Amino acid sequence: MSLPDDLTLLTAAESRVALDNREISSVELTNAYLSRIEKVEPHIHAYLHLMTDMALSQANSADQRIESGDVSDLTGIPIALKDILCTTDAPTTAASKILEGYMSPYDATVVARLREQGAVFLGKTNTDEFAMGSSTENSAFGPTINPWGENRVPGGSSGGSAASVAAREATISLGSDTGGSIRQPAGFCSVVGLKPTYGRVSRFGLLPFASSLDQIGPFARTVEDAAIMLRSISGRDKMDSTSAPIDVPSFTEKFGADLKGVKIGVAKEYSVEGMEPGVDAAVKAALKQLEDLGAELIEVSLPHTEYALATYYITAPAEASANLARYDGVRFGNRIEGDDLIDTYKRTRGQGFGPEVKRRIMLGTYALSSGYYDAYYVKAQKVRTLIKQDFDAAFEQVDAIVAPTSPTVAFELGSRTNDPYAMYLADVFTIPANMAGIPGVSVPAGFSDGMPVGLQLLGKAFDESTLLGIAHAYEQAAGFYKELAEV
Amino acid sequence: MNSTTTQAPAATLKTVIGLEVHAQVLTRSKMYCSCSADYANAEPNTHVCMVCLGLPGALPVMNQQAIETVIRTGLALNCEIPDYCKMDRKNYVYPDLPKGYQISQYDLPLCINGSLEITVDGVTRTAGITRVHIEEDTGRLVHDIAANEGLSLVDLNRSGVPLMEIVGEPDLTTPEEAREYLVALRRILRAIGASTGNMEEGAFRCDANISVRAEDGSFIGPKVEIKNMNSFRAVERALKYEEIRQREAVANGEELFQETRGWVDAQGITVSQRSKEAAHDYRYFPEPDLPPLHISRELVTSIADTVGELPVDRERRFAAELGLSGSDAALLNTERGIADFFEEAIAGNTSNGYPQQVANWLLNDVMGFARTRGMAADEFPINSGQLRELVNLVVGKQLTGTAAKTVLAELAVDESPSAAAERLNLLAMDDNGAVLDAAREAMAAQPAAVADFRSGKQAAIGRLMGETMKRTGGRANADDVRAALLSLLNEE
Repeated sequence: MSLPDDLTLLTAAESRVALDNREISSVELTNAYLSRIEKVEPHIHAYLHLMTDMALSQANSADQRIESGDVSDLTGIPIALKDILCTTDAPTTAASKILEGYMSPYDATVVARLREQGAVFLGKTNTDEFAMGSSTENSAFGPTINPWGENRVPGGSSGGSAASVAAREATISLGSDTGGSIRQPAGFCSVVGLKPTYGRVSRFGLLPFASSLDQIGPFARTVEDAAIMLRSISGRDKMDSTSAPIDVPSFTEKFGADLKGVKIGVAKEYSVEGMEPGVDAAVKAALKQLEDLGAELIEVSLPHTEYALATYYITAPAEASANLARYDGVRFGNRIEGDDLIDTYKRTRGQGFGPEVKRRIMLGTYALSSGYYDAYYVKAQKVRTLIKQDFDAAFEQVDAIVAPTSPTVAFELGSRTNDPYAMYLADVFTIPANMAGIPGVSVPAGFSDGMPVGLQLLGKAFDESTLLGIAHAYEQAAGFYKELAEV
Repeated sequence: MNSTTTQAPAATLKTVIGLEVHAQVLTRSKMYCSCSADYANAEPNTHVCMVCLGLPGALPVMNQQAIETVIRTGLALNCEIPDYCKMDRKNYVYPDLPKGYQISQYDLPLCINGSLEITVDGVTRTAGITRVHIEEDTGRLVHDIAANEGLSLVDLNRSGVPLMEIVGEPDLTTPEEAREYLVALRRILRAIGASTGNMEEGAFRCDANISVRAEDGSFIGPKVEIKNMNSFRAVERALKYEEIRQREAVANGEELFQETRGWVDAQGITVSQRSKEAAHDYRYFPEPDLPPLHISRELVTSIADTVGELPVDRERRFAAELGLSGSDAALLNTERGIADFFEEAIAGNTSNGYPQQVANWLLNDVMGFARTRGMAADEFPINSGQLRELVNLVVGKQLTGTAAKTVLAELAVDESPSAAAERLNLLAMDDNGAVLDAAREAMAAQPAAVADFRSGKQAAIGRLMGETMKRTGGRANADDVRAALLSLLNEE
């Protein structure tokens, strides 16, 4: 392999080979990323906290490990972490004023697993406050800019993580996906974004938004890199009772050149009004590409799709209203002293939380209130079961379901901030997978007027291998992953 | 206002009482983390971790021992254990509740439909148990403003300690029954090792609901909840006060409200704390961080095997099979440790009267002695083998009762009572000549008593017996002394 001048052009898999062959050192690779960050970060603002010194020290240690032959998949690979994952050596703020400067006394399980592997942490990435949003504009510390267009949002909530990979400020990054917060920004930024099956990855140390929906997953430039990260963070964790005791495969074992014998479902419900023509065209081209690879396209029906958004906006805020109750200024985080205890609560939370977080706390509190609980929360859980049954039925016919990641390409900064409902619509295609707990991946699928379009593939629970096999075949045939944003 | 305008009802009023007990579950670690649950003497905030501090991102993990202990409690209270139960979040805001919600159980508890047998004034009846569910304790606020420069401080050592709530049916009709319910419940919890039941340390807490209604149903008074009762006696007193207050209100045509009232022990009154309108909406919903529990029948069966003989059954067995008096059988069963000690001491010897003898010595002497030494109810100054040997020495007339008491007082740790009796020179005189000598000396010293006896005052022998005993140092048997005295008094 001939090495590029700019080492940030290497994928994680390529870097692994180069590191193990001693063609490059982790310090060299890390320095390449730090230079790139220095150059492009002022235009992107992907990071909330850079961990420069820590990164170089980890790179040094990684080089020693490589020298001694003690190598794991991600030893010496520079990565970025969404600032909603607890880390002991950088602040964990969830992009909220209420946690400004908060240092966690413990590492999230995924962080601990990556640390053990000898990965290099470049920094903590920007997000919508507490992962609530679809554009990263709800960050209390300013928005992230889409590397593909300086007036465009990167999507959200994991916009910083998506942009960091798209702008080559990290090899791989971790995000979290509650209603599309990995897949939607991956689509907006033309990178691979994977939401694993609920229970595949430990949530311990992930600041929760909606506990029954949240799942941590990777952003990468290739499906292979996403698979490598997934196997590094997956597996049962005794600290998370919802993590599944299921074996972790390599997730690359179904990579192949074609898709002969593979059945892919096309859901008729995944075509909505207001869908952008350029997105529609790109998705149609992708379907053709899948057929050309030998896949059989089968129309399937997911009849309860239209209720997914509504049930999500009851379930997620309900859980969030409880999850965010602990931010009271008593034990950690910012406290704004008031005249008495109640006044201190009011000031701390009133000034600490942004408008979208407050909106969702109120929505959730209302949905759980006496007299409304049955009509909202209980009903939403019943619909959630129906949505899951839709997928169960569809997956009896097909191996995966294909859909757009989002109805539109990345929208302009500020264009939807005053219209929460329009903002919520950006997740209309991604939310059902969270409601059903199934895995989903967004793969670059071309462009509409110069802005990226994402193709979403949904798979069976705990069968990420099949999903990633299909995604990999499409990605290699389509080749859009080779097109990089110019920043 | 949720109130009831009362007209003095024609029919007789009856009192309706239901109790809610919170008992800390005796476990090594806390409910949802591995911190030690034994925080009694710990410095504030030393038994804490990210989970029980409610730090961002921390998740609960269920304590299996606590679940099994609550199921054991349910089985001991004749509950059904449903196949399926789940945890729920109970949302409210207070500085001692770090997560802003308590992980509890709402509509699907671990144990349902149980019962508890209580006996008041010799009458035994059954009170219903609605449910037993598992939850977590809160932290504690320290309001010592002076010592803390005007601050209230939070100690989270107790946060996350397993707690079970035992909800009783409103089946109780008098404050005495309520007290007996608590006594019986705590006795079971202690017997099966489910809780220390220690009320002073807050390991056993009780709230009471009380209302009055007409026997014929023509009037139903609103339910009043009473809190802040720190002893069984306080529960009984508070309920007595409240019963009278409510009955007088009805008699005087005053309004009663559904409300929460606090017991003020020093004044012996209840005062209104909050009306129902201000009650919390806890916004319960299923805890997404903990999967629902499927309780297998195998698990329930294996836990049932660990319940053991319940105090009420053991008490009956002691009376029926060991011939103990009812009151002694009850006393021995106030604590499982006492009953165990007793059974070890009799070592299977159920021969006529023997268990009662052991019970007498245990209840009157050993435990009385333990009390003077300030020992707990289930701590003993001697071991069960020592008690057995002591009683056997008395039964075999090798020790007099008086001498045995002295031996008990002087017994060294693990010392055999016969060795101690020998050491103290207290073994009974089996030398008849020595007893006769002592009797002669006693008669010589008490000529008036001798004269009285011989003039027909039979009771005078008591004085001579006491004198003789004194001269033998308590080592002679009373029967021997009496026989010796009678033979001497009659021959001369």
